[in-house]
Amino acid sequence: MEGVPKPEELIKIDYQPPSQSWMDSKPEFREGTYCNASAPKWLEAVDYPYAREWSVTGDDWNLPENWKEIILNGMKDRLDRFRSFQLFMDICVRCGACADKCHFFIGTGDPKNMPVLRAELLRSIYRRYFTLSGKLFGKLAGARELTEDVLKEWFYYLYQCTECRRCSLFCPYGIDMAELTILGRELLSMVGINTEWEMASVGSCYTRGNHIGAPPHAFKDIVEFLCDECEEVTGIRPNPTYNRKGAEYLFVAPSGDYFADPGTYTFMGYLLLFEYLGIDYTLSGYAAEGGNFGYFISHEMGKRLNYKIYSEAKRLGVKWILGGECGHMWRVLHQYMDTWNGPADFLEEPVSAITGTKFENAKSTKMVHICEFTADLIKNGKLKLDKSRNDHIVLTFHDSCNPARGMGILEEPRYIIRNVCNNFYEMPENTIREKTFCCGSGSSLNADEYLEMRFRGGLPRANAVRYVHEKHGVNHMGCICAIDRAVFPPLFEYWVPGMDVIGIHEMVANALIFPGEMERKTDLRERPFKGMEPEEKEEE
Amino acid sequence: MSFNFTFFVSLFSVVALVCIPLVGVGVGLEILFGIAIPYFALVLFLAGIVYHIIKWARTPVPYRIPTTAGQQKTLPWIKSDYLDNPHNTWGVIGRMALEVLFFRSLFRNLKTELRKAPESPEKGRIVYWSSKWLWLGAIVFHYSFLTVLTRHLKFFTEPVPFFVTMLESFDGFLEIYLPAVYMSGLTLLLALTYLLVRRIVDSKIRYISLASDYFPLLLILGIGISGVLMRYFLKVDIIAVKELTMGLVTLHPTIPEQDIGLIFYIHLFLVSALLAYIPFSKLVHMAGVFFSMTRNMANNNRAVRHVNPWEYPVKVFSYTEQEDMFRKQMKKAGIPLERDIEE
Repeated sequence: MEGVPKPEELIKIDYQPPSQSWMDSKPEFREGTYCNASAPKWLEAVDYPYAREWSVTGDDWNLPENWKEIILNGMKDRLDRFRSFQLFMDICVRCGACADKCHFFIGTGDPKNMPVLRAELLRSIYRRYFTLSGKLFGKLAGARELTEDVLKEWFYYLYQCTECRRCSLFCPYGIDMAELTILGRELLSMVGINTEWEMASVGSCYTRGNHIGAPPHAFKDIVEFLCDECEEVTGIRPNPTYNRKGAEYLFVAPSGDYFADPGTYTFMGYLLLFEYLGIDYTLSGYAAEGGNFGYFISHEMGKRLNYKIYSEAKRLGVKWILGGECGHMWRVLHQYMDTWNGPADFLEEPVSAITGTKFENAKSTKMVHICEFTADLIKNGKLKLDKSRNDHIVLTFHDSCNPARGMGILEEPRYIIRNVCNNFYEMPENTIREKTFCCGSGSSLNADEYLEMRFRGGLPRANAVRYVHEKHGVNHMGCICAIDRAVFPPLFEYWVPGMDVIGIHEMVANALIFPGEMERKTDLRERPFKGMEPEEKEEE
Repeated sequence: MSFNFTFFVSLFSVVALVCIPLVGVGVGLEILFGIAIPYFALVLFLAGIVYHIIKWARTPVPYRIPTTAGQQKTLPWIKSDYLDNPHNTWGVIGRMALEVLFFRSLFRNLKTELRKAPESPEKGRIVYWSSKWLWLGAIVFHYSFLTVLTRHLKFFTEPVPFFVTMLESFDGFLEIYLPAVYMSGLTLLLALTYLLVRRIVDSKIRYISLASDYFPLLLILGIGISGVLMRYFLKVDIIAVKELTMGLVTLHPTIPEQDIGLIFYIHLFLVSALLAYIPFSKLVHMAGVFFSMTRNMANNNRAVRHVNPWEYPVKVFSYTEQEDMFRKQMKKAGIPLERDIEE
């Protein structure tokens, strides 16, 4: 966290807008507030245009000569193809309801992080080139010329949006900044403006299978290592299979869950649950990434990566697909996958082999969220659980932005929590469920060079966590998102020391009583259960 | 654009709009201001709105992207939020009705404030509280405007439909002045003033405001004020007014013999200006809100496939390509292969 100001400095946020008009001010590319430019090799790996060396802080971004034409044609094309783009350009009344809803605005005070103004950055160009009033009255009508400075401004602020949709919830017309960010980033990538973290993830996902760049055999290695860990802690060794044809389910998790702590414990949780149930499932080294990093660059790249899931399910001949805990991953699976790469007529309507429950809500896409799956198991009494094994955990639950506002999976994880944990406290109501705050690092913003901005964006969430941390002694924040599990540990270290992050299925596995299991004394992290702490030896 | 510039340009534009009929009718151009301009404005309004509606309707909705504001419909024993996260058309109709009739999303509005908190390590705490003022201002404005518009039907119908008369007597139940004071006129002006003052006083809103935000507020204020002046203070010949308006509506436009009064022509000209302005401005939200795909689509994505009319094939990295790349290592790791290594 070098170079990041201390919390008491960072929180001195000035919400007073400057006297200079927003049309004339330019962004300052200060270290910690922008993501680095992508190396050309990543663009080449996925055939993205204008791969070149450039630097965000450089004056000259080495844009193609006809960049302006490319951008304007790109806008025209998208205005014709996306009703959302056309409508959201036309109907904003600048009522300001969205202004203080954005975590980046709350954390920076930068007026261009008010969703309305972030959208105006695009809208001002739309007016100038695509509306009569903008052509006639120029600045007076809120229109302005497309210049390199405007393009740089787009880059700066479209990468200060995590596509969390909180603004869209409060907008009286449902204008969705996430949609505009996606389209705006598409435009930027048409002239080769991409960030290193996102493009490296996309490039790795594309050929290797996941964002960490682990090819199938390495993927297997990692999972086997996690099986070793499971065995060590519980005495039970899960036996996953890889690329196995004829399995009943294909299980797809976000790669964050087998990459690093604490996500790995969630993955161990999945493995143990499946072992307990004895279900017939397979993992795949080809469809080894549930998270869709392509979606953060363009709809097209999202589709190109998402293709793998259905195509692998088809090749392996599974009946349906089960998906792990992840945020944007589920927005894509829920709202885009079927349209992009469906229809999945080679799969069967999902039915739980254990309970016989038909997942009617997933009968077309044929992919079920693991929390829906597990909630159904618990409801039908198929899991023997010892809640007290999570008594060392005082939990709060963070609704990840995309499953909350792009799907609505609010009760399933809570139902599971209430069945595996005795100490559960909600954060203040204006910060949870559909009104939840983003972690501040989603949509490919979790780059190391971006820490300061991530801490700023994560402030509202961290602040609500601090509230329950102090009031109820909450020491763990549960979540159903791999990005959450990756980015909250440093965020909490900064804002709320003493908080841990935990996946829901890690807690399920803690509580799960296997038939004839050995006496368990620790959780998956090898921390003693409450009442099982080793006695301190006095001579030491 | 500074605040002063955008605000005063808007204000002067409205003042100019008041002066135009003042001069024009003064030199005897009643036909222009009483007949030609209103017709022209109405045509612009209708054509413009229809243009926008056709433009939006013809643009495809590639993806089904409702913003979900409550529990999804999944397992039968989990209660889903039928209106805030609708899963079928009836739910969507309910959600849209709440949105259009009661401004559901604005009603959700919160105010966020970073407060000093000496007890916390970083000395700050963020608090949120329900803030319904904007909702109240907006809903009072829109319903007052609707009431005023409906009352005006009495100028365009003969006989006057019963609901207009009823509304009129209801609206004017406070008989504190003669002629009866209509509540809607007062609340309209009050709400407009609130919306305008809010835009000027709140530094954030002032910062995002364009001339096209001040201008319609000032213009509608002008319409309201001229209407109030006409009804209560600078009385006009009401029979002559109705003769003119009925002429317009029956497509037999005439300018009455009697002198109607300048204030009427000012009022009519401002209304014409507003009508003509709507399609070229943010005021198209009145039609646009119905098209908003984050509100008007059912969250049944995984149950019913949504088809994008322009979806095109993309370049993908196939399983075979991956196996070709890592066949040896995969075999060594014991992962099944499609095509084994040739010995």
